[in-house]
Amino acid sequence: MDAIAIISIFTLSVFVGFEVVSKVSSTLHTPLMSGANAIHGVILVGAIIVADHSENNLELGLSLAAIVLATINMVGGFVVTDRMLEMFKPKKTDANAKNGEEK
Amino acid sequence: MNSTLYSLVGLAAGVAFILALKGLSHPKTARRGNLIGAFGATVATLSVFLYVTPSKGEEVGHSLPLHNFWWIIGAILVGLIIGVPAARKVEMTQMPQLVALFNGVGGGAAALVAIVEYLNLGDTATTAEVIFTVFTVVVGCVSFSGSIITFMKLQELMTTRPVVFPGGRFVIAGTLVAVLGVSVWVVVALGTTPLLVLAVLSLIFGVLFVLPVGGADVPIVISLLNAFTGLTVAASGYVLSSTLLIIAGTLVGASGTILTRLMAEAMGRSLFGTLFGAFTAKPQAVSDSAEERPVRSGSADDVAILLNYARRVVIVPGFGLAVAQAQHTVRELADLMISKGIDVAYGIHPVAGRMPGHMNVLLAEANVPYDQLAEMDEVNPTFGQTDVAIVIGANDVVNPAAQTTPGCPIYGMPILEVNHASNIIFLKRSMRPGFAGIENELLYDPKTMLLFGDAKASLTKVVSALKAL
Repeated sequence: MDAIAIISIFTLSVFVGFEVVSKVSSTLHTPLMSGANAIHGVILVGAIIVADHSENNLELGLSLAAIVLATINMVGGFVVTDRMLEMFKPKKTDANAKNGEEK
Repeated sequence: MNSTLYSLVGLAAGVAFILALKGLSHPKTARRGNLIGAFGATVATLSVFLYVTPSKGEEVGHSLPLHNFWWIIGAILVGLIIGVPAARKVEMTQMPQLVALFNGVGGGAAALVAIVEYLNLGDTATTAEVIFTVFTVVVGCVSFSGSIITFMKLQELMTTRPVVFPGGRFVIAGTLVAVLGVSVWVVVALGTTPLLVLAVLSLIFGVLFVLPVGGADVPIVISLLNAFTGLTVAASGYVLSSTLLIIAGTLVGASGTILTRLMAEAMGRSLFGTLFGAFTAKPQAVSDSAEERPVRSGSADDVAILLNYARRVVIVPGFGLAVAQAQHTVRELADLMISKGIDVAYGIHPVAGRMPGHMNVLLAEANVPYDQLAEMDEVNPTFGQTDVAIVIGANDVVNPAAQTTPGCPIYGMPILEVNHASNIIFLKRSMRPGFAGIENELLYDPKTMLLFGDAKASLTKVVSALKAL
């Protein structure tokens, strides 16, 4: 890939990353951190690619270890984030039922 | 699948991650945001099985299926078997350490990916690729070992206080210099040995880097390490020519940095103070900790009487409430007081629990209505008109030392100003200081009453005493 394209992607992603989370109430800090944490579990894609490229047992062993760790990161991360956010749900409907303008 | 389609799928996954972060920033869309993220990650993972990324020097990849296909599937299954039950079964009180652990293994995975690709590239690696590999290995290993230490601190497998040893800062600085030196060695000399030395040094640095951080500041460090891991993913994306990894990693790196700053602000800490505060802090006056000072302790009946004649009560829940699993009992107490016409609010400190927002999650679990939860800025001006503040299993977040004692580890942290309330009730297990390990003068205040015991048992007694009145 050519360098300019990569630098462009990187720079734009930095700004998008800054923008999307710039105003978050502290209530959501923990789920947001956990969700972002799950997203970097996509390194699983990289781990699978290197497992495919592996040419000897050492490389294969290390890349399989990477796959295990990345899967834990990704799947576990999304599941635990969902569990956290699930807890917010009944509360929200309660609040909405009580005072309708709370939206 | 051809390479164009594969790239487009990668782009779609990148967009999904942006939408996920966007969704997670608002209470209404948070859950959907997370699901969008999970969908993007799943699609991205499936697409790797349908398109073989060419090794360096090849024009096109080999034909499908992937080499080592069944090994890969097996490893994913192992990850699922470990990760899913851990995420599903963890108590909500222990969730911060699980997030730390997940982050750590992610960093470890990124470091391993970089090492394998480095071995694979051998002499064909360009200088840029080596530099990015070195970055991934260093930061990934730091994130891995650092997260393990944060896990141990939160799980209280080790002391939650800052660990400082004589000459600590020189050891840390020395290790950092060694890491940088070996990094240059790897880039110049290439070879497997220097890279392994680098990995080991980085692991050690990660441990040293987190040890001096005090327990209360650990969430900020987790968030920072989370951002680090994101950047390593972006760097390995460069080495593997994967746009998706670059986008996803950079997004997490950038948003994680902002989030770290927001958290530090919520706690009134500078990032620098968090990381290096233990080295600059003056030794604390621990003079009176040894001598027994009189405290006023009361019974559940005393508490109930006080509450019965109150007009406004603010409940300040802390981690101790969660540990005792007393969320439901406290809601029962609040409902009872409301039925007696008492004005009740929960004062939620931004970092109540172990992480920002953690307490909201825990109270939501007990179906506490959203409109009773008041954030700190909202509730602080009302303490002057509050008859009783009940502090349940919290300590550091109400410690006036944060405002009055410069040099103490929590100095500058915004607190819930329960000291302005007419009466203060502390429900505590013992006189042990809070997570940050600092004595709380408020416990000795004449308007303070202490009710010792397990939070849930105490609350149950207060509820029945109040019912009887």
